[in-house]
Amino acid sequence: MIVTENAYLRSDGRKGIRNHLVVAYLVECAHHVAREIVYPYRDAGVQLIGFGGCYPNAYAAKMMRQLCTHPNVGGVLLLSLGCESFKRTELQTAIADSGRPVETLVIQQSGGTRKTIESGRAIVAQILEQMAHVPRAPLEMREFIVGTICGGSDATSGITANPGVGRAFDRFVSEGASGIFEETSELIGCEAIMAERAVTPELGTILGNAVSKAAAYHTVLGHGSFATGNAEGGLTTQEEKSMGAYAKSGASKISGLLKPGDVPPSGGLYLLDVVPDGEVRFGFPNINDNAEIAELIACGSHLILFTTGRGSVVGSAISPVIKVCANPETYRRMSDDMDVDAGKILESRATLDSVGDEIFDLSLSVARGAQSKSEALLHQEFVLTYKSFEPIGPSCLPRV
Amino acid sequence: MFDSRLLRLDPLDNILVTIQTLEEGESVIIAGRSVTVPSKLTLGHKLAARDIRCGEKILKYRMPIGSATRDIAAGEHVHLHNMRSDYMDTATMQARHSLPDQHPSGKSA
Repeated sequence: MIVTENAYLRSDGRKGIRNHLVVAYLVECAHHVAREIVYPYRDAGVQLIGFGGCYPNAYAAKMMRQLCTHPNVGGVLLLSLGCESFKRTELQTAIADSGRPVETLVIQQSGGTRKTIESGRAIVAQILEQMAHVPRAPLEMREFIVGTICGGSDATSGITANPGVGRAFDRFVSEGASGIFEETSELIGCEAIMAERAVTPELGTILGNAVSKAAAYHTVLGHGSFATGNAEGGLTTQEEKSMGAYAKSGASKISGLLKPGDVPPSGGLYLLDVVPDGEVRFGFPNINDNAEIAELIACGSHLILFTTGRGSVVGSAISPVIKVCANPETYRRMSDDMDVDAGKILESRATLDSVGDEIFDLSLSVARGAQSKSEALLHQEFVLTYKSFEPIGPSCLPRV
Repeated sequence: MFDSRLLRLDPLDNILVTIQTLEEGESVIIAGRSVTVPSKLTLGHKLAARDIRCGEKILKYRMPIGSATRDIAAGEHVHLHNMRSDYMDTATMQARHSLPDQHPSGKSA
C-alpha cells in the first residue's frame, strides 16, 4: 500500500512527508539568534529546534544528529555561540553526508547578534531555494513510521482514544508500517503480557527489564504513577491504569525495543525505552510530553498520534502531531485543537473500530499533505534535555 | 444485550465500563437482567458483565487487571472492595511513593 505518491526523496534514500528547514541552536546562548532567524519564515516550513546545554552529552548529540537528518527535514542551519562544547563540526559533517544542504553560523565569528541574524536569514532563503527542488517519490507503507503518546489523560483516555489508536496501530502494522509506543513508566504491570507479545523470548525478557528499570528509576525519584484520583475515577489497580496507556499499542506482535534515536530496521511494532540507563543522574526521564515526542521523532516517526482526555494543545517541530481527544466534553470545549473526537464512542456515535479507521484515514491524509490542527496553529514545540543510555543489544531488533 | 450506558471494551472482558454517571438506585441492563446501581458511579467505573468467581482474573481490554477477592455477581460494582492487583498492592504503592517533600508525578501521561 502507498502512503503518499509525493513523498520527499532524500539523498540517503529516506522519504519524508514534510519538507522542513530546521534552524538548530547548539546551546541556549544561540537560541535567541536562531529564533529571530526563523521568525519571518515560520509560515514557510522553517522550524526551530536545539539543545540548551553547554556541557557535552552523547544522547543529545545523537538526538540532534537524528533530528537534523530526519526524513521530514530537507535542510539545516546550525547556530553556535562558539564556546559551547557541542561538537558542531561532527554534526555538520553528518548532515552533509546525508546529502542535505547545511550551513553553520558561529555568532562569535559572525559579528554578534544583528549580523548573524542577517546572515542567517540570507542562508535560510538560499537553502529553501535548494529544497524546493527535492525529488518526489512514492512512500510505501513499509517505509512509514508512526509514533504514539498520551498526555493530559483522564478516565476516558484508556477507554476511547488509547484503544482507538491501538486499532489504528493494528492496521498500520498489518499493512507493513512501523508503529512506536513508549512511556515505559506507564507500563508497570503490563510487562508479563507485553513479554508474551514479543517475537522472541529474548526480546520478551528485554521488554520486561525495560519496565523494571522504569519502576526502579521512579522509586528513586519518589513519585509513583497511581494516585488517589485514579481510584476515584474508577481505576482500581496499577496494571489497570497502565493498560489504559498500553492500549495504544494495539494487539500486534512486538518486533523490537528501541532507544531514543534508533530507527526501526523494518516494519512492525516497537517499544521505545525512554528511561535512562545506569544511576539516576539527570532527574525526570522526560520533563514533559514534548521531550518524548522529540524522541519518537528521532526514531524516524513521520507523524505522531497524541491522545488526550483533559486537553493538550501541543504539536511538534519536524513531524505533524494528530490530536485524538478521548473526552467528548473536552472535544466540544477545545475542538479547534482536536483532530479526532474519539469520545463520541461514549455517546454511542461511533465504535472503537470506526474511530480506529478514522485515525488511520486521517493519518494518511496528513501524510499526503493535509495539515493537522496543531500544525495549522503553528505549534512547533521542542525540548531536549540531558540523558544517558547504553546502546541496544542485537536481541532488541528483528533480523532483516 | 447490554445497556448503552455501559461499554464492553472487548468481547472477552468480564467487566463493563460506565460511560456516563449512574445514580444510586438507577437500573441498568446487564446480560439481559435488570440490576440496581447500589451507589453513585461516575464515568470510568466497572460493573461485572457476568458472575465472577473469587480468584478469577478481571479482564479489561482483554487483559488481566487483577483478581477477584470474593465472588462477584453480574452487575456488581468491581473496585477496591472485591478485587486486587496481581502486581502490587494499590495502597502499598501509594504509601511507598507518598514520601514527604515529594510531589506526585507532575506529568499525567
